[in-house]
This record gives sequence, C-alpha cells and structure tokens, in this order.
Amino acid sequence: MVEVVGLSKRFGRRQVLRELTLCFPPGRLTVLVGPNGAGKTTLLKCLVDLVRPQQGSVLLDGLAVGSDPRLRRRIGYVSQLPRFPEQLSAAQVIELLAALRASAPVRRDEVLDTLGLESEIHRPLSQLSGGTRKKVSAALALIFDPEILVMDEPTAGLDPRSALRLKDWLRAERGHGKTVILASHLVSELEELSDRIVFLMDGAVWFDGAAAELRARSGEQNLERALARLVEERIAAALAEPSTTAPIAAAKTAPWPRSAGMAGR
Amino acid sequence: MIPMLQLVLRDLWRSRWPAAYGLFLLATSEALFAFGENRAQAVASLLTVTVLVVPTMTLALGVSQCFDWRYCAELLLAQPVRRGAIFAGQYVGLTLVLSLSFVFGVGLPFLWMGLGSRAAAQALAVLLAAGILLTLVFGALALLLGTASEQRLPALGRAFSLALFLCVVYDGILLAAATGLADYRLEKPLLALALLNPVDAARLLVLLKLDVAALTGYTGAVMQQFFGAGAQSVALLPLALWVAVPAALAYRAYQRRDF
Repeated sequence: MVEVVGLSKRFGRRQVLRELTLCFPPGRLTVLVGPNGAGKTTLLKCLVDLVRPQQGSVLLDGLAVGSDPRLRRRIGYVSQLPRFPEQLSAAQVIELLAALRASAPVRRDEVLDTLGLESEIHRPLSQLSGGTRKKVSAALALIFDPEILVMDEPTAGLDPRSALRLKDWLRAERGHGKTVILASHLVSELEELSDRIVFLMDGAVWFDGAAAELRARSGEQNLERALARLVEERIAAALAEPSTTAPIAAAKTAPWPRSAGMAGR
Repeated sequence: MIPMLQLVLRDLWRSRWPAAYGLFLLATSEALFAFGENRAQAVASLLTVTVLVVPTMTLALGVSQCFDWRYCAELLLAQPVRRGAIFAGQYVGLTLVLSLSFVFGVGLPFLWMGLGSRAAAQALAVLLAAGILLTLVFGALALLLGTASEQRLPALGRAFSLALFLCVVYDGILLAAATGLADYRLEKPLLALALLNPVDAARLLVLLKLDVAALTGYTGAVMQQFFGAGAQSVALLPLALWVAVPAALAYRAYQRRDF
C-alpha cells in the first residue's frame, strides 16, 4: 500500500503540491491527470524520493520511502524524459541497474520480447530514437518485477503496437495485485486502463474516482469533455474567489469526494 | 558506490578531457625540463603551473561533468541505492581520474629523465602530493558548485571566477596589503590569510620542501621562521579542511537536491 500523507512541495515561490493526501492500494491502476504544471510529475517523483517535499511523507506499507533506500527495490519508475548514460547500451544499463539493485533482472527476456527491444539492446543509447528510448525506460522499470510501478506518461512517443503491448502488460500487472500509478494526457489510456482517475490542478486533488463517476458528475459521456469541465469549474471557482489560496485550501481538505457532485465547489 | 564509480570512470575516459589535461601537463613538464637548469628549478616552475592549472581544470571539468551526470540521476536515484553512494562515486571518480592525469603529466618526465638527487625526488613527491590535494579540494568545490546550481553556464562562470580569485586575485590583495602596510608588523595576519587560501597553502607546502622558502616571499619566510620543521604539517591542515568542508557541503546539497 502506497500512502501520500499531507504532501506539500514548493519550488521557489511556486507551490506545486498542496497537502496532498492519497492512497494507492495494491491491485489498482490509478491514472493521474491534469493540465500541464498541475503537479503530476512532482507527485510521481515524490513517490520515488527523487523530489523531497517540504511537508508530509510518502509511506510504503507504513514506512517512509525516504527513510530507507532499500524500499525503492519494490518500485519501478519510468521518467517523463528518458535519460541514460548515453555511452552505454541498454544491455549495459541493465547490468548497471542489476549491480545497483543487487538483484538479477528476473523478467528480462520476457519484457524485451514484449516491447520488441531485442535488436536494439546492444546499440548505444545515444543512437536510439525517442520512442525506443521510452521503451527502454519502461523495460528498465519492468524487468526487475517490482510490486509498484510509477510511470510518467509511459506510452508517450511509442508506436501503437508497442503502446498496446505495454498497456496489456500493465493490465496484467494490476491483475497480479500490483500497484500501478501513472500520469497521462491520453484520454484513451484513461478509458482503457484506469480503475481510478485522480485529477490534479494547482497541486490539489479536484477529482478522485472512476471514469464512470466522472462522466456521471459532469454529465458528459466524452471523457475529454468531462475533464475539460473540471478545468472550467476550477477556473470559475478561482475567479469567483480571487484569493486563490481559499478555494485551493478547501479543495485539499475536501477533494471532490466520491459522493459529491462536480458542482460541489 | 562501486557501480557508480565504474560509470563515472567510463564516462570520464570517453570524454577525453582528462587525457588532454594529462598530455598538456606532460608537454609543459618536458618544456620546463628542457629549459630549466636542474630538477629543483623544474619543480619550482612546475609548481607555478600546478597552482594555476589544477584548480582551473578541476573546477571546469568537475562542474561540467556534474551537469552531465545529473541527466541520468533520475534513473540511478530511483534504484535502491543511497544518494551518498552516488555522490561518493562521482567525487572519487572525478578526483581519481584527474589525480592520475596529473601524476602522469608531471611525474612521467621525472621518471624517464631521472629523479636526480634525493632532495629533488622528495620535492617531486611533495609537488605530486600538493597537486593531488588541490585536485581533492577543487573537485569538492566543483561538485558543490555543480550541485547547488540549476544551469551549467552560470555554474561554469562561478567556477572560473572562483579559480581566478583564489589563484590570482587573492595573492594580489595580500601583496597590496603587505606593500601598503609595510611599516606595520603584519607577518602573522598575512601568514594566516595565506593559509586560508588552499592554493597558497599548497604552494607553501612545496616551497618549504624545496628549501627556498625565503624566495617565496614574505609568507614563506615567516612560516619557516615560525614553524621550522613543522611548517609543512601546518600547511597541510588548511588543505585538509579545504577538502573536508566543501565535500561535506556538496554532500549535504546533493542529499537535499530535487532531481
């Protein structure tokens, strides 16, 4: 169980996360959505201790993720922009990570086959295309068979076949009881994958529930339109109450409870 | 730390800058041998080169590499490994490679041209030790500047400014103070101020071994007079602090940094 408790993060004068409290149970696939700059990537980075919050904590089965680096053995992470030691090949990076994790990549061949990476595995990463680099990034997160997957736009830049295969893989992982948390801008991913949608805006949760609930509350069958409605509601709330901290503070304490309607603000 | 160290060593090896640095020092050493009268004079001349080139090169390469390594930090720090181990791998790798380049460039000519007298051999050993200590000092400062900065160019600008200040401007200020206040007894304060600068501390360390402290000017002569045979140990202390304090600050900054 991954828990986010009262998480706040500020970069300079910009408040990116505002006392977020969320819970990610095993066997569920949660998709974080929201406009650019909503705090999705920062939240995902906090989950793997790449970004350290000013307040609050991320707990993994009750233990703070930042307290013991060994807890990250249980997490596989895909960054938004895949960056590697460029002079190495994917095979060498796998060896490096195996050395850092002190464990063998138990699903190496299976993952490489699924993502169609066998022919690219020995080429220097600097020579790979953007999409292939993204596939390598996903492969590096999956081959160690972690129980929690934290992925920032994992299918962005992938060809349709690879994206489909990766989504199938993630569905299967969820079926095996793993926790999958991913950020996405793709409505198709919300439709196909999500058990739960968490809509972030201005660093606060504005909707937390299933796609069906979002449709029902917004009165929009099209998920993209339903999300757009959320954004409009948020903007309208901010305009109605120019002191922007007030609606945000309210949102963080009552983040669109499942029983509430969209007009709750 | 070992996997990270291997990655850093491989990265530096491929960058070719450490090799260029070593070859530059080798060519300079050869030239100074060719034009110098004896080994001691060559060591004294190499000292001047060392205290200018080692800080500048270590800062420039260290800051630059720090930004290169930051690009893949997300991948590495998402693994079950302590940040301290990643940081230590970077620091040890950087200073190890640059120290080897320095020893190669400065030490090799002595090997094939002969060490000469025992005193010259000792002076060379102290020169090599001073160069390695300067590498450790400025390697730590480079990682501190690189870790604390968001952008490469401003960080490099700060690195060059720091090198210029410690290698050139600081001595100029001391010289101006000594000249302007010649009527006062300022030996102790000037000595203390000189030892505060790692470049001066390294310079004194070598010159005291060359037994030409009086020629080093004011601070060298005063130091020899004050501390006698223990003068080198006194010069080592600030150098050790200049390694420990920036390294600790850089480590702290790395621990707190968001990636």
